[in-house]
Amino acid sequence: MSMALALPTEVRPADAMVPVPYRVVGRARETADTVTLTLEPVAQPIADPLPGQFNMLYAFGVGEVPISISAIDAGHRLRHTVRGVGAVSQQLCAAEAGAMIGVRGPFGTDWGLDTAMGSDVLVVAGGIGLAPLRPVVHQLLHNRRRFRRVTVLVGARAPEEIVFRGEVASWQASARITVRTTVDYATAAWKGEVGVVPTLIERVTIDPEVTTVMICGPEVMLRFTAAEVLGRGIAAERVRVSMERNMQCGIGRCGHCQLGPVMVCSHGPVFPWSRVGPLLARREL
Amino acid sequence: MKTIADLLAEHKFFGELDPQSLEFVAGCGKNVHFAPGERILTEGEPANTFYVLRSGSVALSFFVPGRGATVIDTLGDGDLLGWSWLFPPYRWQFDAEARDDVAAVAFDGACLRTKCDSDARLGYALTQRFARVILGRLQSVRMRMLDVYGVGTPH
Repeated sequence: MSMALALPTEVRPADAMVPVPYRVVGRARETADTVTLTLEPVAQPIADPLPGQFNMLYAFGVGEVPISISAIDAGHRLRHTVRGVGAVSQQLCAAEAGAMIGVRGPFGTDWGLDTAMGSDVLVVAGGIGLAPLRPVVHQLLHNRRRFRRVTVLVGARAPEEIVFRGEVASWQASARITVRTTVDYATAAWKGEVGVVPTLIERVTIDPEVTTVMICGPEVMLRFTAAEVLGRGIAAERVRVSMERNMQCGIGRCGHCQLGPVMVCSHGPVFPWSRVGPLLARREL
Repeated sequence: MKTIADLLAEHKFFGELDPQSLEFVAGCGKNVHFAPGERILTEGEPANTFYVLRSGSVALSFFVPGRGATVIDTLGDGDLLGWSWLFPPYRWQFDAEARDDVAAVAFDGACLRTKCDSDARLGYALTQRFARVILGRLQSVRMRMLDVYGVGTPH
């Protein structure tokens, strides 16, 4: 259903809690339940986001959800990749070109790619977890000479569930970085690997002293992947993960996304594993 | 030219075996190569061999009526291929096919079983190594059972 709600173009963000109107100018289907929306500000844009940050997207009249930024374009355009799993995200997935969406943000911490310059970078994405890591890969490719070995590992349930499939194939074809894809199940036509993405860790070249790791995916996948990279000798401080919790305000006030001593929306979503790893092992949190 | 014992010494599976044991084990092995698309194992056929992959990629698959060959795992350099030679009835459970040029050391399973039976220390050392690899595969399967990409996926 289209959300062609007309908003006055003079609306400006009074503070972080006021959604800014953006118009859908592009919609690309990634998988059966996932689309990428390209949004353009109607008037005053939000601040330019950094890779890893997220926005709160408001489907007017339905609700608001945190959605990571899957590409940062020139001209204040935003690209968000949304998986339709609930009422709000399904409404966002259904938004056609011309529909209006409210945007608050950008919120939270970024991947800190500048601190990884000069080092090896290992990117590990599971499912739609590739979305917040995609701007990282864009920057790694754009500034390729500023980094040493770059490896991107992508896992999904099945070949047709890999998001940005064409783009991932182009990364592989460019040979400027090492890209390996793996799925849980496939037919013989699939030329990538089969198995869960953490199992690829032992198959890639890693220099633990100089490798920065960036991981995003469901929490179970984060835990298994972090265990594998720590097992390869990489210090927990060099392992960064993007967390997902029930983010609502985006500024660490409401407490819905609290995980022990941290608010995921404002202290995160990107954390060093040394900070959140021990928290994820506690069932009471 | 490297001997089989030299190749095994470089492999993570055999790497820490003492030179004498390596030579002993190497007597059961030979170098083999497979072309892309070549069948290595066939479900139901006698399992007499196991392979230490040196390079290339192998797809393990299972034929499902109505769905065709379903790839259940892929193996690459450094991996071991084939467990069914270890225990009766010594029949392959899956198909395996080379996806590109594959170089491997092929071991005669019966030869290796006999040597392990005659040298309990070697048998224990190899069994420990096999158990570690099988545990890794078991954990991988358990992760897949958890459907790691489907639960609590971030937006």
